[in-house]
Amino acid sequence: MSVPTLDPSADDAILDVDGVSVWLSGREVLHDVRFRIMPGEFTGLIGSNGAGKTTLFRVILGLQASSTGSVLVGGRPLTRRNPIIGYVPQKVFLDPDMPLRARDVVALGLDGHRLGVPLGWGRRRQAVDAMLDAVDARRFADARVGNLSGGEQQRVLIAHALISRPRLLLLDEPLANLDIRAEGEVVALLARIAREQRIAVLISAHDVNPLLPVMDRLVYVAAGKTASGTTAEVIRAEVLSALYGQHVDVLRVHGRILVVAGAEGPSGVTVEETDGAAVGPDIVSLR
Amino acid sequence: MNQVLRVLFAPGFFASGPVHAALVVGAVVALVTGAVGVFTVIRGQAFAGHALGEVGSAGGSAAFLGGANPLWGFMGIAVVAAGLIELLGLHRPRARDVATGLVLGAGLGLAALFLYLDATSSSTTGVAVTILFGSLFAVSQQMLPSIVALSAVSLVVIAVCYRMLLLSSLSSDLAAARGVPVRALGIAYLVIMAVAVSLAAETIGAILATALVVGPPATALRLTKRPGGALVVAGLIGVAAVWLGIVLAYDSYYWPPAGHGWPVSFFVVALVFLFYLVAGAVTGIAQARRSRRSESASRLAASGCAEHPGDAA
Repeated sequence: MSVPTLDPSADDAILDVDGVSVWLSGREVLHDVRFRIMPGEFTGLIGSNGAGKTTLFRVILGLQASSTGSVLVGGRPLTRRNPIIGYVPQKVFLDPDMPLRARDVVALGLDGHRLGVPLGWGRRRQAVDAMLDAVDARRFADARVGNLSGGEQQRVLIAHALISRPRLLLLDEPLANLDIRAEGEVVALLARIAREQRIAVLISAHDVNPLLPVMDRLVYVAAGKTASGTTAEVIRAEVLSALYGQHVDVLRVHGRILVVAGAEGPSGVTVEETDGAAVGPDIVSLR
Repeated sequence: MNQVLRVLFAPGFFASGPVHAALVVGAVVALVTGAVGVFTVIRGQAFAGHALGEVGSAGGSAAFLGGANPLWGFMGIAVVAAGLIELLGLHRPRARDVATGLVLGAGLGLAALFLYLDATSSSTTGVAVTILFGSLFAVSQQMLPSIVALSAVSLVVIAVCYRMLLLSSLSSDLAAARGVPVRALGIAYLVIMAVAVSLAAETIGAILATALVVGPPATALRLTKRPGGALVVAGLIGVAAVWLGIVLAYDSYYWPPAGHGWPVSFFVVALVFLFYLVAGAVTGIAQARRSRRSESASRLAASGCAEHPGDAA
């Protein structure tokens, strides 16, 4: 499954994050983050809550200025409303009262940023129907989006992000609050989209396991620092211990990965000073 | 037929000038508050809407003191208050709530002063009732063009920002990432809400204004799942409540003890609330029926009824 990305050249990269640091209210939230994503690549952005994943997304989206470093999207510097990027934000709270059907949400992906009322019903409807089919959401196209299940809502939001034909899809914790089955379905859907349409996917998650079967590369975030590479390269005790600044163990159980904080840091691991925010590794639960 | 009409409409209803003005003003205002109010509800700004209405009473009473129509006072102060809420509240929802509460308190303090001055200068307490609880039959016909113009402007702004408002109601992060100027949009919306609330204050009173801004939209959201439909249905529900309220208020002059009409605002607000309850009951029943149907369908499927119809029992 792993695509060899030896020496990816910066020219071809759809996303090139180079030495990005972000300071927010006197605290360094991200430190010297660097990684590249090639077209069609499926990349996991793994880290516990508060590790800086959402901040990194905000930088890539042009919503948060970085203190140092640069980000190139499709070889170009950042702009707000980058048509190359599709985005599924974290925790979209869809109230059952919302007067929006699934198809309305998808249509807003087409032209939600425009002024005026929508025109050209036929063409819009065709595009929306095609998109709903692509994410297997046609059967609840006319249901109130607030009444859908978590997995169905994620599909609709993914369709919303994809309908503008982006080349890079950012998803912020789309698996949070999904049951195991819905989780698997969403991951499979995203992997299919990445493969068939050559859309690069960058998906954040606090648990690496659901993404293991489909991930080409991963970026691990801990305490604002990142390590990137293939799963085998990054999810190792030495790499993660250096990231967390304390000893952690990596256990592999039936093909799943468990990252556990060490009881006592053994000698040889440099424990760096951090200011206390979300330093501890996530203890990934076994399912 | 005539008999029915005579029972429904007390004598002189169709000939009365104030009634005509009230019907027109009420309908126009209900359409605007319906459309604007849908976004008030889905953006979670009902409290801000209520605060703008109540704060408006300070402006309305000040305008009365200065001899101007209360509408200008309502609107002037509501727009200022909207700006203050936005300035003080910044982005955090809780800070917004606190800012709204603070502005509301300060505004009502001013209203207490101006209403006192109104009462002492004109030696009547009637003005306080008019400002706070409205009197649709007393709306000056000279105000009609201004009310219609303000309503038209509000509706145009809502139409222009329609998709952006929907997108940012869905998720402000999403809207920001798509290049929607979320902050500017929020301020623009608050100003339009201030105008809509002021129009409602002019018709049913500063304190009751929220009933029109929140009630019909909340009812419409129960009845329709389409965004455009919600705007229209909310407007129509508002018109129905206001018109029916006007009829009942007019008729109430003839109810015993005769000669003491009940306030229009009471009827309008009561009807708005009634419609909301009825819509809830209707959708509740529909939902129960739907879930019972799908439940029995799944029980049928589970019992393997599709293949062996004889097994179902």
